[in-house]
Amino acid sequence: MSNEQDIYEEHVLDHYEDPYHRGELDKATHSHEADNPLCGDVVHIDLKIDSEDKIQEAWFSGDGCVISQASASMLIETVEGKSLDEVRNFTAEQMLGLFGPKLTPNRQKCCLLSWRVLQSAIHSPVDDLPPDDDGGPDVHFGGPSLGEES
Amino acid sequence: MKTIPTLSTCTPLNDSELADLRDQFPILSRSTASGAPLAFLDNAASTQRPVCVIDAMSDCYQQYYANVHRGIHTLSEESTEAYEQSRKVIASFINAASEREVIFTSGATASINLVARTWGDQNLREGDVILTTIAEHHANIVPWHQLCERTGCRVEFLPLKKDFTFDDETVHQKLRELRPKLFAFTAVSNVLGTITPVKKWVHWARELGITTLVDASQAAPHQPLDVEQLDTDFLVFGGHKMCGPTGIGVLHGKENYLDSMPPFLGGGGMINRVSVDGFETADLPDKFEAGTPPIAEAIGLAAAAKFLRQIGLDRIAAHEKQLAQVADEGLRLIEGIEVIGPSMSHKSGIVSFSIDRVHAHDIAQELDHLGLAVRAGHHCTMPLHRHLKKSSTTRASFYLYNRLEEAHRFLEAVQQVQKKFTPSGRKRSSRPQD
Ligand SMILES: Cc1ncc(COP(=O)(O)O)c(C=O)c1O
Repeated sequence: MSNEQDIYEEHVLDHYEDPYHRGELDKATHSHEADNPLCGDVVHIDLKIDSEDKIQEAWFSGDGCVISQASASMLIETVEGKSLDEVRNFTAEQMLGLFGPKLTPNRQKCCLLSWRVLQSAIHSPVDDLPPDDDGGPDVHFGGPSLGEES
Repeated sequence: MKTIPTLSTCTPLNDSELADLRDQFPILSRSTASGAPLAFLDNAASTQRPVCVIDAMSDCYQQYYANVHRGIHTLSEESTEAYEQSRKVIASFINAASEREVIFTSGATASINLVARTWGDQNLREGDVILTTIAEHHANIVPWHQLCERTGCRVEFLPLKKDFTFDDETVHQKLRELRPKLFAFTAVSNVLGTITPVKKWVHWARELGITTLVDASQAAPHQPLDVEQLDTDFLVFGGHKMCGPTGIGVLHGKENYLDSMPPFLGGGGMINRVSVDGFETADLPDKFEAGTPPIAEAIGLAAAAKFLRQIGLDRIAAHEKQLAQVADEGLRLIEGIEVIGPSMSHKSGIVSFSIDRVHAHDIAQELDHLGLAVRAGHHCTMPLHRHLKKSSTTRASFYLYNRLEEAHRFLEAVQQVQKKFTPSGRKRSSRPQD
């Protein structure tokens, strides 16, 4: 009857219920938080970046829909051990690929929230003032906004 | 004891009538992306249109369309006649004293903004109060915030009781105590479904000399409206929630109000004469309809109003309430689900709810997978959601073409969704390779 992929496939639900490194990192060197104001999803990421510019440890916390939280877990799991250059080169498209099931533009925003936060976190040393632009890289996605509906 | 809230003596829609009715909405026979048959329960956001509305607009474009007013040729005269005839139909739909009191706008939002920018700017001063309710749509909040920014007046919000209704005593007291210049409130909440006692509240305001504006966006499609009897100074609604086109709405204003207000947008159509030195404003209703109006849309809206009248608005209300009651009472029996709204005796066919620990967008997404179109989010009522301490809710809203079977399907689907997202001891592993 359907050729639609199940967005909530087992792998996604597993990450939602049993997330990788959900919590806060005591000795974070870098961290950042952002939300999707219209749907209320929030993701916070803490990183420990070593002297060779490698991510030694990554943790996330937050609140929101399955897609925003499961994708954050997948991203955090992937990113440990990666160099900052590798993180910078990790595109939004690759993030959507990592998540798996194809998402409509509306739900892509949920999936890309943690990716946005990570891209900002690597430029946000703890104890420093946050960067002026806290919205992360300036990327635009199609589709109407999710929350502003009658 | 269960009472089905049928209104007065109306006969409910029977099965064969409903089947005929559904045939007039071709879109209802499609399926969703997953292939499941569509159950359209997003009517509070916008309804679907029957063939007669689509035909009325397409006839206009195919047979007699031209710009209205002052055209000295056949098509323009026919279009003008059809456009003005539509105004008469709408005047009669809400029992307005005269069609001069019916202004076509682009929607309820535009109607409220028109009042704020004209009557509001003319009459509100620093320190004045606008009273409204915490359950308003942003369309009935933001224009007043903007007016506050321009004039220094302020907005006060009536709170909700625990049972999602308003306390009449508080309303009366606030009206006496605050002496607002304007009391702007919704006839039916687009989230809670709560029906406000428009006639009583307007009467209290009238006794105190307070101007009233009623947002009838969620009332006009579902219940008979009589502006003479309600005695509102301003009443607004849009076309797209009542089987009509998008891009058209109505502002009803008492003639003495509209007469004393300055015009809003300036341009063609709203003037009697223009010179290099200035202009002379046209009479009602043209005064508020600058530019080429939504001609085919007005004609479509009139067709929608006739369609609803023919079925009977009291019968429509009774039908949707019957379905909403099944959904509402069914949800209340499920553990872990909260219905966000009063009991059926105080509300329309709107059923909002939340499931413990499940995000509204996941609920809506999964319901769509099962064929049910509902809405999730804050429904343009952020202050209400904050008041309720909810980041978002999910809303099912019924209309005349929904079937009892769809209310049952909805209940089953919600339970399926709840089960899907309830923690069940899952363990993460690397993604299976396929
Ligand atoms: C209660 C209420 N008021 C106002 C509006 C805005 O109406 P419109 O889309 O006609 O501008 C809506 C719906 O969107 C509504 O539900």
